Amino acid sequence: MTEMLAGYNFAYLDEQTKRMIRRAILKAVAIPGYQVPFGSREMPLPYGWGTGGIQVTASIIGRADVLKVIDQGADDTTNAISIRRFFARTAGVATTERTVDATIIQTRHRVPETPLKAGQIMVYQVPIPEPLRWLEPRETETRTMHALSEYGAMHVRFYEDIAHYGRIATTYDYPVIVNDRYLMRPSPIPKFDNPKLDMSPALQLFGAGREKRIYAVPPFTKVKSLDFHDHPFAVESWDEACSLCGSTTSYLDEVLTDDQGGRMFVCSDTDYCRSRTA
Amino acid sequence: MYVAVKGGEKAIDAAHALLARERRGDPAVPELDLAQIAQQLGRAVDRVMTEGSIYDPELAALAIKQAMGDLVEAIFLLRAYRTTLPRLAASLPVETDRGLVRRRISAVFKDVPGGQVLGSTFDYTHRLLDFALAAGTPLPEQVAMAEPIGAAPRVADIMGRDGLIEPPPPGDAVPGDLTRQPIDFPADRDLRLQNLARGDEGWLLALGYSTQRGYARNHPFAGEIRIVDVAVEIVPEELGFPVEIGCITLSECDMVNQFAGSATAAPAFTRGYGLVFGQAERKAMAMALVDRALRARELGEPITAPAQDEEFVLSHSDNVEASGFVQHLKLPHQVDFQSELDLLRRLRAEHDQRKAAAE
Repeated sequence: MTEMLAGYNFAYLDEQTKRMIRRAILKAVAIPGYQVPFGSREMPLPYGWGTGGIQVTASIIGRADVLKVIDQGADDTTNAISIRRFFARTAGVATTERTVDATIIQTRHRVPETPLKAGQIMVYQVPIPEPLRWLEPRETETRTMHALSEYGAMHVRFYEDIAHYGRIATTYDYPVIVNDRYLMRPSPIPKFDNPKLDMSPALQLFGAGREKRIYAVPPFTKVKSLDFHDHPFAVESWDEACSLCGSTTSYLDEVLTDDQGGRMFVCSDTDYCRSRTA
Repeated sequence: MYVAVKGGEKAIDAAHALLARERRGDPAVPELDLAQIAQQLGRAVDRVMTEGSIYDPELAALAIKQAMGDLVEAIFLLRAYRTTLPRLAASLPVETDRGLVRRRISAVFKDVPGGQVLGSTFDYTHRLLDFALAAGTPLPEQVAMAEPIGAAPRVADIMGRDGLIEPPPPGDAVPGDLTRQPIDFPADRDLRLQNLARGDEGWLLALGYSTQRGYARNHPFAGEIRIVDVAVEIVPEELGFPVEIGCITLSECDMVNQFAGSATAAPAFTRGYGLVFGQAERKAMAMALVDRALRARELGEPITAPAQDEEFVLSHSDNVEASGFVQHLKLPHQVDFQSELDLLRRLRAEHDQRKAAAE
């Protein structure tokens, strides 16, 4: 365990700031999928590197919590290590790499393969919270579009994809409708993970530090990936199995092994893979 | 056999150890101390204090040393420290027309009450590399300071007496603070000015420059540029009267711009305003140009240029945000990239099938 950082409050943020963030979280839980503005603080880690997720985690974490941090599904990627260390230093909480042992899982770009349980909290790091941003860059406009549930532009965009490419060409950060109301970005997880958000027993919190927004999917909430009747939502699949654990159902990373076209596929979720080979 | 990449923790520690060693450089060269940075790299310190939003030359010098002279990184360090500080009090508005004037230029009148004071400036230096400086110079002579100039009212205030320029906005409102509450569009001028004061100097310089080249031209004149040491006062609740807690140097720019009028209001010049810590008049001037451009909505001007577009200008001015998000692209993205590969391979296979079927 790294030594505790002197001179800072438990989990870095002062208690007033945590209270402000918890209020934003409560509002977000009450209106699933709605982006709640909050007074995002300047963190000692760079914007775009998880400051929203870190502030959410810092506001909800207690001494009894067990924290897992993943990036690309792996516990040992450099930024995941850096964030885990940040909480080990500022909160002194127990950390784990095992999904089943964690009470809080902060993630960038993946949802664990191991199904989540009631009582667990997922904290997603969000770079751009606004699902309509590529269609309309102005906040003043998108706010109105959400208020009116005016999401036709997203369907048109998908329709244009089908006209151009024969299929919907969005593969990650694939937009969803939460609780039949708000269009939401699930953060840049592959669409493979979208079905895991639907009716999940875990509380799912989304933090965007630079953009100063928090949103949430409460437990057992309907999360539907946008699609058409004749072009139903479908996830990625591989012809290969994981080279390490043999899984045919997990999300695979492609690893280049030489410069002759050699490649292999391994689970992106390192804890899941290890639990199957142990 | 593939082995998952491990040892990230050790790699991070080793990378930071390497950074510390490179920061120190050749041990035969004496180490920089903070006083040297604060005294001899004052303009860098001023920029870091301004964009770091905290007036503390010593901390700014530390940040510059720690960041190895990377000023955006130094600004980041200062900002991250600043957020942890308690708010003990809010100062009274500083009065820039009272205080010690270090420099004061008006481009709109040949002479003004209080006079034109050139002060210390790079202006009119011929930009010739001074090789004598490379070898170290003897202590420059102490320059005889002119008499303190006494009362030096702001040029815009003098013009205001005749109604030739719009009055300053009423100063009784409590200004917002975008470091506590997220900015909401459309934003009021207090928040716009706070955003610009913290904003990246390069961003403001380019946007201000664009207004001079016809993208929202607003006919600016440098009404006054003033570098001044002012007292900062607070009113402690238990005392009920102001006490001075310190003195800071500010650069202020009042631009006199395109006049406006209406059926009910007589035409008057409009203003753009810039105010920054330390001696940073390039930033103050650029800020004043952009402030004026962002007043298009309020003044009923058509919004046609980037510098007038408040969401565009204010959302992208912060170099700590911009630096973080641009550089986050170096974090691993293999999961999303795998999704894109999967799609691209499917699209290419379908393309080949269609082509084969057509042949």
